[in-house]
Amino acid sequence: MSARTHPVPEQFDDPVQQREAATLGMWAFLATEVLFFGVLFAGYTLCRVMFPEAFAEGSRHTDMLLGTIETAVLLTSSCAVALSVREVQLGGRRAATAMLALTAALGIAFLVMHGFEYYAEYREGLIPAIRYTQQGVYARGMEIFYCLYYFITLFHSLHVTVGVLLLGVMAWRTWHRAFDQDYHTPLELTALYWHLVDIVWIFVYPLIYLVGRSG
Amino acid sequence: MNTLPQASSFAPDVDHLFDALLLLCGLVVVGVFAAMIFFCVRYRRGSAAERMPARAHLGVELTWTLLPFVLFMGIFGWSVHLWIRLRTPPKDAQPIYVVAKQWMWKVQHPDGAREIDTLHVPVGRPIRLVMTSQDVIHSFYVPAFRVKQDVLPDRYTELWFTATQAGTFNLFCAEFCGTDHSRMHGEVIVMAPADYARWLQAHAGIGLAAQGERLFRQFGCSGCHDPQSGVHAPDLYDLYGHTVPLSDGSQVLADERYLQDSILLPKKQIAAGYAPIMPSFQGRIGAEDVLALVAYLKTRTHAAEDTDEHR
Amino acid sequence: MSTVERVPPPRSYLEEGYGLRSWLTTHDHKRIAILYALGITFFFFLGGLAAALVRLELVTPAGDLMSAETYNKAFTFHGVVMVWFFLIPSIPATLGNFLLPLMIGARDVAFPRLNLFSWYLYVGGGVFTLLCLLLGGVDTGWTFYTPFSTLFSTSHVLLAVVGVFIVGFSSIFTGLNFIVTIHTLRAPGMTWFRLPLFVWSMYAVALVMVLATPVLAMTLSLIALERLFGVGIFDPALGGDPVLFQHFFWFYSHPAVYIMILPAMGVVSELITAGARRRIFGYRFMVYAIIGIAVVGFLVWGHHMFVAGQSMYASIVFSILSFIIAVPSAIKVFNWTATLYRGDIGFDAPMLYALGFVGLFMLGGLTGLFLAATALDVNLTDTYFVVAHFHYIMVGGAVMAYLGGIHFWWPKITGRMYSEAWARFAAILMFFGFNLTFFPQYILGYEGMPRRYHEYLPQFQVWNVLSSAGATILGAAYLLPLFYLAWSLRHGARAGPNPWDARGLEWQTASPPPPHNFEQTPTVTEGPYAYR
Repeated sequence: MSARTHPVPEQFDDPVQQREAATLGMWAFLATEVLFFGVLFAGYTLCRVMFPEAFAEGSRHTDMLLGTIETAVLLTSSCAVALSVREVQLGGRRAATAMLALTAALGIAFLVMHGFEYYAEYREGLIPAIRYTQQGVYARGMEIFYCLYYFITLFHSLHVTVGVLLLGVMAWRTWHRAFDQDYHTPLELTALYWHLVDIVWIFVYPLIYLVGRSG
Repeated sequence: MNTLPQASSFAPDVDHLFDALLLLCGLVVVGVFAAMIFFCVRYRRGSAAERMPARAHLGVELTWTLLPFVLFMGIFGWSVHLWIRLRTPPKDAQPIYVVAKQWMWKVQHPDGAREIDTLHVPVGRPIRLVMTSQDVIHSFYVPAFRVKQDVLPDRYTELWFTATQAGTFNLFCAEFCGTDHSRMHGEVIVMAPADYARWLQAHAGIGLAAQGERLFRQFGCSGCHDPQSGVHAPDLYDLYGHTVPLSDGSQVLADERYLQDSILLPKKQIAAGYAPIMPSFQGRIGAEDVLALVAYLKTRTHAAEDTDEHR
Repeated sequence: MSTVERVPPPRSYLEEGYGLRSWLTTHDHKRIAILYALGITFFFFLGGLAAALVRLELVTPAGDLMSAETYNKAFTFHGVVMVWFFLIPSIPATLGNFLLPLMIGARDVAFPRLNLFSWYLYVGGGVFTLLCLLLGGVDTGWTFYTPFSTLFSTSHVLLAVVGVFIVGFSSIFTGLNFIVTIHTLRAPGMTWFRLPLFVWSMYAVALVMVLATPVLAMTLSLIALERLFGVGIFDPALGGDPVLFQHFFWFYSHPAVYIMILPAMGVVSELITAGARRRIFGYRFMVYAIIGIAVVGFLVWGHHMFVAGQSMYASIVFSILSFIIAVPSAIKVFNWTATLYRGDIGFDAPMLYALGFVGLFMLGGLTGLFLAATALDVNLTDTYFVVAHFHYIMVGGAVMAYLGGIHFWWPKITGRMYSEAWARFAAILMFFGFNLTFFPQYILGYEGMPRRYHEYLPQFQVWNVLSSAGATILGAAYLLPLFYLAWSLRHGARAGPNPWDARGLEWQTASPPPPHNFEQTPTVTEGPYAYR
């Protein structure tokens, strides 16, 4: 079965129109995603204005080394997924599959590292409502910081998880010749989504890990 | 149509604005309805009216858009003018403290009188209510005065008015606050100044500032903030109403909000020249006690101390 | 596949299959529209029942019919159901789903499977909301204000929040589908400025749905977590800010008001042009007004918080923006009126609904200016004045337009005509019942009766009794269409493709339309409303 015989659903006139629709749909979806995270960033900003020192203190309790590695991992994975799209466009099925598998693996690595972070924070008593043992002058503001920290990072990790699953499916389909030079819209859209996940993290990283460490 | 008394200095002004807007809107409604009914009759199906195509004119569109808009902008300007007045209490306004909780209003007068679900005020004197809530959001609403203000937990909000006629007026909670929201009402009793003075005297308790002074020792504030203390902390004399330089270089006016925040969230604004060593009292001190402390801090002046010593 | 047996294509989308399964797995936008209509009708009457309980309680000043707790749950349920399960999906998900592809000459929406999935999400959200009701309900008001909803209420806030969260995704996906459909699937010759105003309104609504609903979803998640774990960013005990919740909530919920009214404006533009057999007056102005409302609608949320502790200056800015958003609304009212000029006006039921809409919407809109004026809002906010104002917009406006649209397109949807006499009677009854119900509430509010009151002072009783009496009439008027429309399904006269002699692509195909809408994709050569 070749990708060329991929049927065009009846609401579309031709594959070009279908591709346009799918791409626009993805961008519209990404717009909603931006607003999902936008609310959290807005909440973060307002709370940080209220408790600048507590947020800096909270930030100093995060693991900057792991956070930095995670950032590097995600950036690399974004590069890999872009390469896989290019490989498909050039007709390189094996390389494309390998790149997709690498992207998914990096995504999993990201999640695992985050798991280690959460565990360390649990031991340190930094998880509001579950195990929060902080005392001292900044304890309350830090609790708000950590509420936001968990909400943002868990919501982001949820996106990473969905992304990893999608990448797995795409790798499988690429391997089974579902895509070729002419038809690879799903792969392209998955890559778009993965870039969004990456871009969001580029905002999360300084907000969470770096605010308390300047100066 | 108005059965609602106009019992505050705002009420007639608010009502004038209301009537003006009502008139303007009435004109629009009458105009549009008249046109609609006229067209519906004249151009009903089967009538012999002329039906040549009419063209839309930009001029027509702009006229009927801009003309009302300018008029309504006039209303907006008038409203803003009144709004700024509503939100700017005069300096000499008499503060009274209100604490809301599910489902009652607790009132504390500065010289100690306390009441629940009633508020006694004198005629003709600006009153400034300083309000906070112990639980959820409430809203202090006196229709006869045309004033309303939400009351927030762990925050201060303010409301001011000058009552203009003696009598008893309804006080409602206007923000839904749980099961007995509709029973959280009370009365504002406006009295002639002489009657009010008598009432105050009859109900005077230990003054709010005096309570605050006691709490100031009880909570250990004096341990650091008294001049004799070994801890490097501001002595808080002559603080209220003055500008305080902060460690980040900015300045802040020491109002009630600032004093409350300094007790509950001391790290929010750090006075210049002092280390951020004060612990937060949030959760360790009730809303009413904070009110008393703030009332005391407002009276903590060297002048007051001197008179005490020379007495 | 050796024997070639030519099966003639099914004649209409209704005859494509009769089993339950053929409906529950359909990808046809017209069938999905009908699925939505069923759900929406169910929730409308459920929410109406809650309103009936509220009005019944308010006949007497004392809280004698039910306990305060039950009353609070009744008005909360009424609000939650009517806002999220009736008003927001009403016109977009039913008429919009049915008509949008027909009006632009497309065979379906861009993502038919997503469309069906949206309906399942709607049902899923509805199940949670019903579950919440069955387990005892929720008493926070539809606005879920913190800290009451997070730390104090003992009712089933979580279930209600989950229900609304899920149904939010339904509206996001519907919006996304509409945007893509309008962008990519227009028939040849259907340029942007040849789109009917209904399609423009759907486009604006879709944008608002896609851009505002995520904010609600996140805010509700924050509420849910705060309730679940007892800490969160709105918690005043931590120094968090409960007013921040109100900002987030109204950032969604004010645009949501436009999700409810913009489609109604679109419907009425179609109804008035067809009823008056006349081109819409000032088409481009109408389009710009729709876009203007959608955009400025995102900037006025703070007018809900003039007395909530927001800064004086912020309130002034929100106040002037709220005055400004009245401009496009006024343009629309004036242009509808001007469309009647030199028309050929018939008074069929859809036109009666449309004329009723214009009048009620105007009253609702103008009273909005009282609330936009900060100094007046101080007195009027959180009173029955507000209740009357938004019911004029949402019930007098959106519901009138929805029912007008249902009547107008009923022959297209079902292929049958309903009883015109009954339909006119219902429309007129509704108009008077509505005014009797809600006009007294303006007076109540002006005299200072706060909203959400289970008991009230005796001085307010007269107006409350009038309002409840009106509600009885209104309720009866809403029940009527249920009967005569159902009756028409079997006994109504067969409708031709274009019973109203209306323009618009949807009238160029059969009634009811074939499964893929058009035998041949139409080519568009002129603008909409090609009357005189």
